[in-house]
Amino acid sequence: MTPFQYARANDVADAIKQIATDPSAKFIAGGTNLIDLIKYDVEGPSRLIDISHLPLRSIEPTSAGGVLIGAMVPNTDLAYHPLIEGRYPLLSRAILSGASQQLRNMASTGGNLLQRTRCFYYYDTATPCNKREPGSGCSAIDGVNRINAILGTSEACIATHPSDMCVALAALEATVHVTGPAGARTIAFADFHRLPGNTPQRDTNLEPDEIITAIELPPKGFSANYSYLKIRDRLSYAFALVSVAAALELDGDTIKEARLALGGVAHKPWRSSAAEAALLGQRADATAFAKAADWLLHGAKGYGHNNFKIGLARRAIIRTLDQAARGTPQSNSDKKIR
Amino acid sequence: MASHIGSATSRVDGRAKVTGEAKYAGEFNVPGLVHGYVVESTIPKGRIVRIDTSGALEVDGVIDVLTHRNRPQMADKDDAYKDEVATEKGSPYRPLYDDIVLFSGQPLALVLAEDWETARVAASLVKVEYEKAPHITDLHAERANAYAIDKPEKPRGDAERAFASAALRHEAEYFIPTEHHNPMELFASTAIWDNGQLTVYDKTQGVQNVQQYLCSVFKMKPDAVRVMSPYMGGGFGSGLRPQYQVVLAVLAARALNRPVRVMLSRAQMYALGHRPATIERLALGANSDGTLDAMTHEAIAVTSQFEEFARNDTGWGNLLYKSPNAKFEHKLVKLDVPTSCDMRAPGAATGVYALECAMDELAVALKMDPVQLRLQCYSDRDQGADIPYTSKQLRECYRQGAAAFGWDKRTAEPRSMREGSDLVGWGMASGVWEALQMPATVRIVLTANGHAEVATAASDIGTGTYTIMAQVAADMLGLPIDSINVKLGDSTLPQCPLEGGSWIASSVCNAIANTARAVRGDLLKLAIGMKDSPLAGAGVDDVALIDGKIVSKRDATRAVSIASAMQSGNADRITREEANKVAEDKSHARNVHSAIFAEVKVDEQLGVIRVTRVVNAVAAGRILNPKTAHSQVMGGVVWGIGMALHEETLFDHRFGRVMNANIAEYHVPVHADVHDIKVIFVDEPDEIVNPLGIKGLGEIGIVGVAAAIANAVYHATGKRVRDLPITLDKVVQFN
Repeated sequence: MTPFQYARANDVADAIKQIATDPSAKFIAGGTNLIDLIKYDVEGPSRLIDISHLPLRSIEPTSAGGVLIGAMVPNTDLAYHPLIEGRYPLLSRAILSGASQQLRNMASTGGNLLQRTRCFYYYDTATPCNKREPGSGCSAIDGVNRINAILGTSEACIATHPSDMCVALAALEATVHVTGPAGARTIAFADFHRLPGNTPQRDTNLEPDEIITAIELPPKGFSANYSYLKIRDRLSYAFALVSVAAALELDGDTIKEARLALGGVAHKPWRSSAAEAALLGQRADATAFAKAADWLLHGAKGYGHNNFKIGLARRAIIRTLDQAARGTPQSNSDKKIR
Repeated sequence: MASHIGSATSRVDGRAKVTGEAKYAGEFNVPGLVHGYVVESTIPKGRIVRIDTSGALEVDGVIDVLTHRNRPQMADKDDAYKDEVATEKGSPYRPLYDDIVLFSGQPLALVLAEDWETARVAASLVKVEYEKAPHITDLHAERANAYAIDKPEKPRGDAERAFASAALRHEAEYFIPTEHHNPMELFASTAIWDNGQLTVYDKTQGVQNVQQYLCSVFKMKPDAVRVMSPYMGGGFGSGLRPQYQVVLAVLAARALNRPVRVMLSRAQMYALGHRPATIERLALGANSDGTLDAMTHEAIAVTSQFEEFARNDTGWGNLLYKSPNAKFEHKLVKLDVPTSCDMRAPGAATGVYALECAMDELAVALKMDPVQLRLQCYSDRDQGADIPYTSKQLRECYRQGAAAFGWDKRTAEPRSMREGSDLVGWGMASGVWEALQMPATVRIVLTANGHAEVATAASDIGTGTYTIMAQVAADMLGLPIDSINVKLGDSTLPQCPLEGGSWIASSVCNAIANTARAVRGDLLKLAIGMKDSPLAGAGVDDVALIDGKIVSKRDATRAVSIASAMQSGNADRITREEANKVAEDKSHARNVHSAIFAEVKVDEQLGVIRVTRVVNAVAAGRILNPKTAHSQVMGGVVWGIGMALHEETLFDHRFGRVMNANIAEYHVPVHADVHDIKVIFVDEPDEIVNPLGIKGLGEIGIVGVAAAIANAVYHATGKRVRDLPITLDKVVQFN
């Protein structure tokens, strides 16, 4: 652990100004991941710029028919907000399947996007890890990799992004609003997180001097036919081995639109346009779901301990699509899989 | 007469605990307290070439950094480090002793600072250069080098020949991975050094064990060292041996001549000791009627390179089942890890898991109900020693457990019970543990105002020792429970063994009975000395203490109040100290037993397992307090669920390091994993085991639970998973 300065940002402009003057500073909001990383000596920021007081806590309908979520909205508030529960229940369920109530109370919406991987080696400074120390090597590839990625990996890194919320946001095609010294811009959710490639130290396309101000949900919430299914090594309070966000628009039993995203399998929420296209115009049945699963898992590769994830993901995709089509989404309180 | 013994009594220390009044080892603050933070090795084997502490020493607030080079003197000889539970063979680990690295996570330096945060920051600046040596931490890779150790269980007949000619045979290997205790409370010690007097607040299951150890390591006189541990936030065996932080705290207190606290981090606690990874091989040969003809149980367990830790994994079958031919073998594999240590039901949690899975597999082979098989083999005698039990109501455990569970509705065929997309499985297992008593002394100070202090050096590790002692004392002294003050966790109190092995309740409660009898004798003398005493001529066993009075057992109208007896004798207090009587008698086996029934529901496609129901029927002699007893056994069942489905310390053998050294990734059951748990206490009067008929409950709750669940998973899915934990990828073939 390294000592750090603490400073509060008064507003977004102030936050950007403060971070621009100190490249080794970090923003802190809920701190549910960053504090751990500091304790583990994985992160050693010289300064923490507290943005938790910024006035980014509202959840409001947009003129376009969507919803704009302030970056500082706690995960709990977001999950239980009537607009979200009513129109975007997929997002609500995904949030509630992650962490614990106490952590969700602290964690912010923006911070959820920026949480780091849970790869064991990233947290253990006695082992090589390209994400923590670029060029040192990836210990997970030939190591304890039960929780690691099967899709979009590189020789440099097989870490996964651990968020549940982001899997739903990917499926819902949210937009990330960010502000930096050059002003505000938006990033499509699919472009926000990166694959590891040769730069696994970079999780996202957010610039170091930019700040997330809001997440915008488009009008379509798929509130009739959706499900978020999370498979893990115990029934709560564990990161996903595989999670699936499925959202369908049905005309009778014909699929008019489909969204499908996987968590726990890649460096970012995993989508495939081919998989979603394969469902269009199809009857919502096991055959169509299996085809979509095959597309979504195209190119999947195991690294030993996590080989099972490929088959597990395939079955989980089929089950989640089935839950969505039947209008019987997975519940978080009833641990039984429907 | 016994109004408190056997009644569901809330914890007498409950209020102190929930209000924070109860202080734990890391919470005793004294002026000028120095905080220590441990720098641990990142390699599992080798030598320290250099430790550069300059960066740490430059940090404001850092007082010193202790290493093996500059520490105060401590004993050299191995024997000085042998505590009460040290292994017979080997050299105990000596913290900060020399430059040799024996395991990853070994403390190499202690940074001392004015506050804990500063110490932690500075610790990250200590640089260690190593000379690495080749290491091995993988039991499977080192298995060929396993060596057999002496075990007490002797072979009977010819198990190999009987197995070869048996009508039905089952032979398999089972595996239990390394597990860690993970008590909620972090290990901590606060050492106060004052003019040659040392006072230590330590997280330990045995204050006198730590006291003797410190005297030996630091060559101090017994009356110069006092160790206290009034409360403990869970031990489960991890606090039986003195842990290294207590040595470091004392070293630092002596070096600085200031009080020092050393508290470990969660990750550091993964280098304290563990349940050893164990391979268990069972070979059972049966006759077609389900009686056993051959039983072979072999265990291969992990120990460290420097100590030989072994527990009885293989002898439990001798207590549960009749078999004319039997053979047992215990082997060890030395790895570059800390010495394995006791963890709830050491040996039994692992050995009975394997035995009871094997019995289930044999039942399948015999096409016999698993309960019926156990009854067919039921042993009324300890087969090893060929002696009867003081009591053994295991048949009743099977009967009552099965009835409460609804076992008769089970269909035998695997995959035959379903509920929607779930496969339903019902499994069962037996449990067994020892009912031991160890020598313990209890002091009672009865004051004329009708209060009694009951004291012994036991630790209450969270099990309810304070409460049961207050109950027993209240009954024996005829006082309200509120008038009893129990004092524990102080090495200066009368002798008491470690809180482990399930022996504390029987040991201290029988000691209370003996001491109370002595107090009663003193009171009777005073009462008889009174003019026209109604108790004239009575002996100590002719009277009882009831409702503040000394009462004749024959004629309750003949009574003298305790207060008036003491008053008339001018006695403002009566102090007595007596021990329990530990029978030398080897004519009986002393054991507790249980029968566990478990229901699992397994998603057929996804392999997700839920343990929806568990019934644990326990025969453990007299139950002193059904409330705390229920908690004990329920906790054991929850842990059994974890052992079956979740727990596993994951090593990266390339680095020789634990990769999930935190409770986010080392999984134990959370609320969602725990459903309906029913605990039954089968009536088991036992006048032989000890005068009060107490058998102890600390371990039995976990024994057999993992087997019952594993057997249920098999019944649900038809898939036999023998290596724990049973994760979804072991149940379903996904690829």
